Amino acid sequence: MSIWKRLFDRRRRRQKAAPVRKARISREYKRVDPLQIGQATDIGKARQANEDTFLTLKSLIGAESEPLPVGLLIVADGMGGHVKGKEASSLATRVAGGVIVRDVLLPVLTGQASRVPNRPIHEILTEAAMSANQAVSEMESNAGTTLTSVLVLGHSAYVAHVGDTRVYYLDDNGLQQITQDHSLVNRLVELGQISVQEAHEHPQRNFLYRAVGQEHELKVDTHFQRLKAGSHLILCSDGLWNPVPEEEMADVVRNSSSPQEACNRLIDRANERGGEDNITLLLARVDH
Amino acid sequence: MSPSNGRKSLLHRLSSTEPPGEESEEQVAEPSEPTEGESLSAKVGLEAQPAAEEDSVADALAAMPETARSDEEFLSPGDILEDRYEILKFLSKGGMGAVYLARDNRFGDARKLVAMKEMISAFRDSVTSRITLETFEREANILAGLNHPAIPKVFDYFHHDRRVFLIIEYVEGSDLESILAEIDFPLPQEKVVKWGIQICDVLSYLHSHQPSPIVFRDMKPSNIMLRDDGRVVLIDFGIAKKFQAGKRGTMIGTEGYSPPEQYRGMAEPRGDIYALGATLHHLLTRRDPRKEPPFTFDDHPMSDFNPTVTPQLEATVSKALAYEIDDRYASADEMKLDLMRLLEPSDRRPGALASSPLASIEEMSPVWSFECEDEIRGTPVIFENAVYFGSYDYNLYALDAETGKEHWRYATEGGIVSSPCVWNETIFFGSEDQILYAVYSRTGRIVWTCPTDGRIRSSPEQEYDHIFFGSDDHQLYAVSAKSGQELWRFDGRAPIRSSPAVSGELIIFGSDDGNVYALDVQTGELRWQCATGSAVQSSPAVAEDMVYVGSGDSSLYALDLANGWAVWRYRTKGQVISSPLVSDSLVYFGSNDHHLYALDGSRGALVWKYATEGSVVSSPKLCEGAIYAGSADGHLYSLDAKTGDLLWRFSTGGIITGSPAISNGVIFVGSADRVMYAVAANPSK
Repeated sequence: MSIWKRLFDRRRRRQKAAPVRKARISREYKRVDPLQIGQATDIGKARQANEDTFLTLKSLIGAESEPLPVGLLIVADGMGGHVKGKEASSLATRVAGGVIVRDVLLPVLTGQASRVPNRPIHEILTEAAMSANQAVSEMESNAGTTLTSVLVLGHSAYVAHVGDTRVYYLDDNGLQQITQDHSLVNRLVELGQISVQEAHEHPQRNFLYRAVGQEHELKVDTHFQRLKAGSHLILCSDGLWNPVPEEEMADVVRNSSSPQEACNRLIDRANERGGEDNITLLLARVDH
Repeated sequence: MSPSNGRKSLLHRLSSTEPPGEESEEQVAEPSEPTEGESLSAKVGLEAQPAAEEDSVADALAAMPETARSDEEFLSPGDILEDRYEILKFLSKGGMGAVYLARDNRFGDARKLVAMKEMISAFRDSVTSRITLETFEREANILAGLNHPAIPKVFDYFHHDRRVFLIIEYVEGSDLESILAEIDFPLPQEKVVKWGIQICDVLSYLHSHQPSPIVFRDMKPSNIMLRDDGRVVLIDFGIAKKFQAGKRGTMIGTEGYSPPEQYRGMAEPRGDIYALGATLHHLLTRRDPRKEPPFTFDDHPMSDFNPTVTPQLEATVSKALAYEIDDRYASADEMKLDLMRLLEPSDRRPGALASSPLASIEEMSPVWSFECEDEIRGTPVIFENAVYFGSYDYNLYALDAETGKEHWRYATEGGIVSSPCVWNETIFFGSEDQILYAVYSRTGRIVWTCPTDGRIRSSPEQEYDHIFFGSDDHQLYAVSAKSGQELWRFDGRAPIRSSPAVSGELIIFGSDDGNVYALDVQTGELRWQCATGSAVQSSPAVAEDMVYVGSGDSSLYALDLANGWAVWRYRTKGQVISSPLVSDSLVYFGSNDHHLYALDGSRGALVWKYATEGSVVSSPKLCEGAIYAGSADGHLYSLDAKTGDLLWRFSTGGIITGSPAISNGVIFVGSADRVMYAVAANPSK
């Protein structure tokens, strides 16, 4: 049968499938949230303050009758001394979040059918990071921050990042790191000069060559990831990915009953291993 | 750092022929900003820095914060230390302390000028202070024993009032970083090479020091002074070296001139060679490695930033910059030899002219060629050993693919600029006479026709036993491939010249109204649309749930297939009419800015681009690792798909707007010179 006919038949079949069994409500009926988000942050065991900031926003309605899961996840890891670091990460998160809400979330909520944002999404995310950069640079202190933003729209994830706060994608093919750290040691690993293990223990492992609030001009990396049903996105600061091995991260996520439970357990794992830094993670699960 | 005296005084050091002006430039370069505060230094992790083989004073000193100083602690002009050194003026305040210009009065009336460097400020504890002092003394003694014209001589050192001073030769000149900042043109290559030779000479001297080699470890433009007579001098020798904590003092910022192995705690002579390479790279390209991601010299050839850099100079600098230590010059002497060769006037290495591709291309002759009565603007299609294509002379031709002999031709009443498509032994094509034709491939006899109300310039697409095509009458048509009977049509509000692409349940195409439309392929209902800035005549390519399409607004767009939201766009400098080709996550397309581009499909980052001499309207084709595309400059290009390097190019007599078709190692392309060519993909040499 040709593809054409198959398509055509499928449509007819759909029309015919009027519900036959009506009254009985199955006990096994489960509500499935198409986009679940877990979030957790912890000061860790060694620091005096938590300089990380995170933001999550979620909506399930689209402009049309079909639901359109939309999620905004941002993590910023501040540096520059207790108060200043927190100020920097908070400011960056709010400014970037504001731009994305204005230019993507608002059009989704208020726009007419098939109206789309007038600019490519990567450009919006980049502008959000640059606005954050401008704001943090103008702060009186000399602090800086990493900034990683993830926008989930239906089955697509758009990522923009600066620094070493990572995004991972987990599906049945395994765990995959989407972002490349803007760190000195990552560059050394890429060149084959040191191993990944050595990078984790390297005394200069915190050295970033790119961060928000440091330079007038900022180069932002963007990524696009298609999300399969049942897949996860993990957005975490180095307080998590440094001490906790990736296999363990994937394991905990897979074996937890909800993204929130996974987040809580992963924080514990990081603390069990010393908790030398602030730990922040956001976990999104796509189920549609 | 002392402010410069203005462009003139710095420039004159470049020419080294004019005498110095009245106000000579007096400057001893210093490491820049001091560290900022205790918690910041702790964060930088300096205490945990890997120990170098020679535990230098600098590392220990850098671990200490600088305590605030009041103005009374500075010495004043007129102060005399050690009964002989008279402060003349304060020169600069560096991270380690002040630098003064002083006169050594020991020598009576002779005006012996020295630089007095204050090395250490107040200590935090006596243990640290003793260790650093001993280390410092050891280093000072080594330096004092050095004797080379490019190394300032150490004359003396002493304690005074809780501080330690170093008396060194006063070098008049400007450092290369200041010189570079003052000019906006590239430094003359010959000068840079000469400086490189001098530096290799002094490195060689240091590296062969007995009993153990001295590694300079801090090679960079600000540590190289250029004197009036054109000689260079290395300054800030180990003793005042300080790890740069970065502009904001936090965990950000790296030393761009340092070799990778330094971060493994290794400091050996070949690291100096790397740093010299990085320095020369900066001087020639004006790109400061501290401002770029670490170890990204390889990302661009130097000629991208300074087209005057010769391939040989580039090769020399690159060899010094090899990340693997064993791939570098084994010694400064070796590098010096290569640099000296660059200055030889009669240097004519065989590879020198290889960068010009045209020189090595022979005249290629086609396998066959066939002439029509007017331009060929469309793309041919190959089916069962026959080539089918339309011409502006109103005919659709069917030729034998091997010999080029005509099987038949079908005459319409308008020019054929679109490309035919084949299905079920039938050739479908549109003509400017407003009709879409279906013609039997073997004989050229008509099967059916579908009239429209506008010229047809869009190429038809076959899928699901239907033919989809656009017309200048603003409609996108879906007709049965067997009978030509219309299934539906969609109003695009402007001429539709782009060819549609079908993917799953969607059909996607562009319109001259600037929109990219996605319709339900069965019903023609609109699913989504995406607005671009100008007419979309490029045909979309779909791969991995992304739609790639060019626009007259000069951008190539990547749209999310599910909802038409633009993910990214790549801006070129000319309209993008060429339809993209996707292969292996790379997107290939041409632009009216004369370039052929290859981008990373998911992020829109440039992988390579190739400049032809005319607009690239034609869409590229890929076969066996090579990209083929025609240009308005009349050539058919064959480029390496991964690198964009030219493999060969074939000349025709007119512009090429159609795309090539490839079959059995032969490339078929039509030109505005009225000829259809068959060219071998791998021309035998």
